[in-house]
Amino acid sequence: MAVQTDDSPAFQGFAHPEALVSTEWLAEHLGEPGLVVVESDEDVLLYETGHIPGAVKVDWHTELNDPVVRDYVDGAGFARLLGAKGISRDDTVVIYGDKNNWWAAYALWVFKLFGHDDVRLLDGGRAKWEAEGREYTTDASARDAVDYPVVERDDSTLRAFKDDVLLLLGERPLIDVRSPAEFSGERTSAPDYPEEGALRAGHIPSAQNVPWAKAVGENGTYRSRAELEELYLAGAGLTPGEPVIAYCRIGERSAHTWFALRYLLGFDDVRNYDGSWTEWGSAVRVPIVTGAEPGTVPAR
Amino acid sequence: MTDSAELPAPLAEIREDFLAVTPQERLQLLLEFSRELPDLPERYAGHPELMERVAECQSPVYIFTELDEARRVHLHATAPEQAPTTRGFASVLAQGLEGLTVEQALDVPDDYPLGVGLTEAVSPLRMRGMVAMLGRIKRQLREKTAA
Repeated sequence: MAVQTDDSPAFQGFAHPEALVSTEWLAEHLGEPGLVVVESDEDVLLYETGHIPGAVKVDWHTELNDPVVRDYVDGAGFARLLGAKGISRDDTVVIYGDKNNWWAAYALWVFKLFGHDDVRLLDGGRAKWEAEGREYTTDASARDAVDYPVVERDDSTLRAFKDDVLLLLGERPLIDVRSPAEFSGERTSAPDYPEEGALRAGHIPSAQNVPWAKAVGENGTYRSRAELEELYLAGAGLTPGEPVIAYCRIGERSAHTWFALRYLLGFDDVRNYDGSWTEWGSAVRVPIVTGAEPGTVPAR
Repeated sequence: MTDSAELPAPLAEIREDFLAVTPQERLQLLLEFSRELPDLPERYAGHPELMERVAECQSPVYIFTELDEARRVHLHATAPEQAPTTRGFASVLAQGLEGLTVEQALDVPDDYPLGVGLTEAVSPLRMRGMVAMLGRIKRQLREKTAA
């Protein structure tokens, strides 16, 4: 039984207002049957220093990834993980985290690959909850293990692979959500992050650069529908409803943009290319453009 | 992997403490280390120019390696409360290197961080930050002793 949605007026302009909850809403609904709060952070120990009461931790690096192959866990692995965390298939899951919900949005996207129906994002994430002086606890959350069904991951609707991007190059708009310095080719990783993981710098030809953070305001909450339309429609030239692919360095920042396009602006077919620059920037003979302009797709 | 017998006592002890417990408990131990990271000494607090940013860590962490009159090593570090993993890394190294001679510190194997059993619980990507931190500490020591 799904938990009631957050009907805050602030969300009503979005295509799918039910995909977001506010900190006020969460504070009121904590502990409600059928609601599980999940924290997913960049820092693997941050949850332990204090978390929203009752929240369980899902670590992207160590729990959602396959330990050997560069891929996510499979259906059996996901079922084991969620079952052990006490999350049922019909539970409403609210995810939040540090760094403006990068990893929270990423975890949400992975939950969606497995078709978990009701997953929502806490608008503003950990920082907003904290700034408002809301309650944290260091008590471990004890949820009884449950049986989560084994559902095979669907990689065909929300996820894009390198070959898909190559095939669709020039036809499908691409949104590169990295910083301008990464886009132009000055760097291969975000400012303040280690230079790692890609042999070449630049961007995929034709990609529009819309750094992920433009989608949020100063308090980390998503901007209004009108502001997002200004950014992605007027700014990046997307046509409402057309299929689009987003990418970044490993797919975490683009999951944040994927969420905005999919749920806030209502693009039905948005895929996150999680191989992103760490794959494209090291692949042999794929076209790359440097500089601030999207550039042209080479003839084939 | 390096043998504890070759390591200076504090680092060997820290390594044994980590390896004695389960991977999940190692995370808790790292959290305790993060809480033990002391504030910068008063005399350095107002001197950001002395501090070196560890760019390989995802969170802003700054380190400063000090040699006292007896040429013993003291590591000072500062990192935000919101980055407990990074604080934990700095704290392990600060406690493990405390009071060593320059030679002892320079002899610490570069892969020491990979031998404390945290890689599985923390992820290899995150552990790279700690390896880089040790590398920068040793470089600072070389610079200070080359003069």
